[in-house]
Amino acid sequence: MVTVRLATPLRKFSDGRPEITARGKTVREVLENIDREKPGFLEKVVENGEIKQFINIFHNNEDVRFKKGLDTEVEEDDVISILPAVSGG
Amino acid sequence: MHNVTRPHHHGDAMTLIGLRCRNCGKRYPAEALSICEECFGPLEAEYDYEEIKERFSREAVQKRPPTLWRYRELLPVSSGSCIVDLHAGFTPLHRADNLAEELGIRELYIKNDSVNPTFSFKDRVVSVAVSKAIEFGFDTVGCASTGNLASSVAAHAAKARLKCYIFIPANLNLGKVVQTLAYSPRLVSVEGNYDDVNRLCTEIAGYYNWGFVNINLRPYYAEGSKTLGYEVAEQLGWEAPDRAVVPVASGSLLTKVYRGLKELETIGVIDEVSTRMTAAQSEGCSPVTTAFRTGSAIKPVKPKTIEKSLAIGNPADGSYALKVLRETDGSAGAASDEEIIEGIKLLARTEGIFTETAGGVVIGTLKKLVEEGEIDRDERVVAYITGNGLKTQDVLHSYLQEPPVIKADLEEFRKLIEQKKEVVVW
Repeated sequence: MVTVRLATPLRKFSDGRPEITARGKTVREVLENIDREKPGFLEKVVENGEIKQFINIFHNNEDVRFKKGLDTEVEEDDVISILPAVSGG
Repeated sequence: MHNVTRPHHHGDAMTLIGLRCRNCGKRYPAEALSICEECFGPLEAEYDYEEIKERFSREAVQKRPPTLWRYRELLPVSSGSCIVDLHAGFTPLHRADNLAEELGIRELYIKNDSVNPTFSFKDRVVSVAVSKAIEFGFDTVGCASTGNLASSVAAHAAKARLKCYIFIPANLNLGKVVQTLAYSPRLVSVEGNYDDVNRLCTEIAGYYNWGFVNINLRPYYAEGSKTLGYEVAEQLGWEAPDRAVVPVASGSLLTKVYRGLKELETIGVIDEVSTRMTAAQSEGCSPVTTAFRTGSAIKPVKPKTIEKSLAIGNPADGSYALKVLRETDGSAGAASDEEIIEGIKLLARTEGIFTETAGGVVIGTLKKLVEEGEIDRDERVVAYITGNGLKTQDVLHSYLQEPPVIKADLEEFRKLIEQKKEVVVW
């Protein structure tokens, strides 16, 4: 199982929990599997097959935009974090 | 005793309406929220400009103390008793005739924000954010920082007696780490670059109920930067400049300087704004400049530059900065590491102002854009210098020549002069 950490606005899909677990061989599959359990989840994160503009997805702390995006392969015990894009320091 | 700084009572300013998503427009009450629940877009403070018009006038503002809080109706802190004021803001607007002559432009001003209480413009945003944290009842504040924000949050938290967690990248400039440690925050050094630290803090903010100034307090924090627009307009005799050259990291400062000018126009304090906004980045991290110049969207990059405080590879407000650049018929440039160093030295040599690497980016980019003909020589230009040179001495040091060492003997000095070395630049 892959651990998925959720930004606060997504926790309505996890009964308020900051982390959930899901199955899948790629980031996309993991998100689709969550969506099957919690309909509406995927469209919050993905638009026209791409990660939405104001969302960053990290696989084991690395931005998937620097990997294979939603097609980034994941393994058992990996961690995916879905976070809002904020910065300025 | 009129020069003694004592706590100033700031009146209440009930002009903030709430927050609004910059992406989809959804409205929220003024709470510790920064992200739209619907689209993840950034939230921005919204004001009652009719109410502000009633309270705000040139004459009223000019009678107030010279800090950023003289514009309090346009800032998102309602209760005057919550304001944490280390006297940030109202920094000098320095007419830079020597540098203008060197660059070949008619009228140049340096907005010298390196003389704020912790020596960078971050005191503006932090004074607002920490005041708002107190208004919300937080007992702990924190931030992810490339250095300047760290010092400023730690200083304001010390003054306000709040607990404070600061997260910085492990490779930060020594001067910035030393300064931050002096204020005794809980400082955590994180392996990785700023984007890694920022990602970690965004996760931490989701687990702990702390006021992270640039995360869950971000809509309020960012508003502090508008005062760099208000002040320049006031200092130019209530006029907007033709051109503003602003360093770009997340893109927030550039958008907020412009918003500040436009707000003064909205409330009728200045005439129509036609300022051309101009972004300055380092070549090693220039996602906004690249997008502007190629007409594309922002693509995140991995930073590789001596300029660490602007090195945000994935700028959250980049798309908004890009929009402002396009709307104002502005421009954008990027300075190489050598040009950054030359920029620091040029500003110091011509105007007596010692800036950090971010200021070197601004001067280096300004010089380049004038040479490329992007900036007209007849424009009234304001260049924003946002941090002090003492903060990045470690970077500059290796580029400077060691001074000659002589015995305390007149003959030795005469010999040195006879070698016809320049006395000023060794």
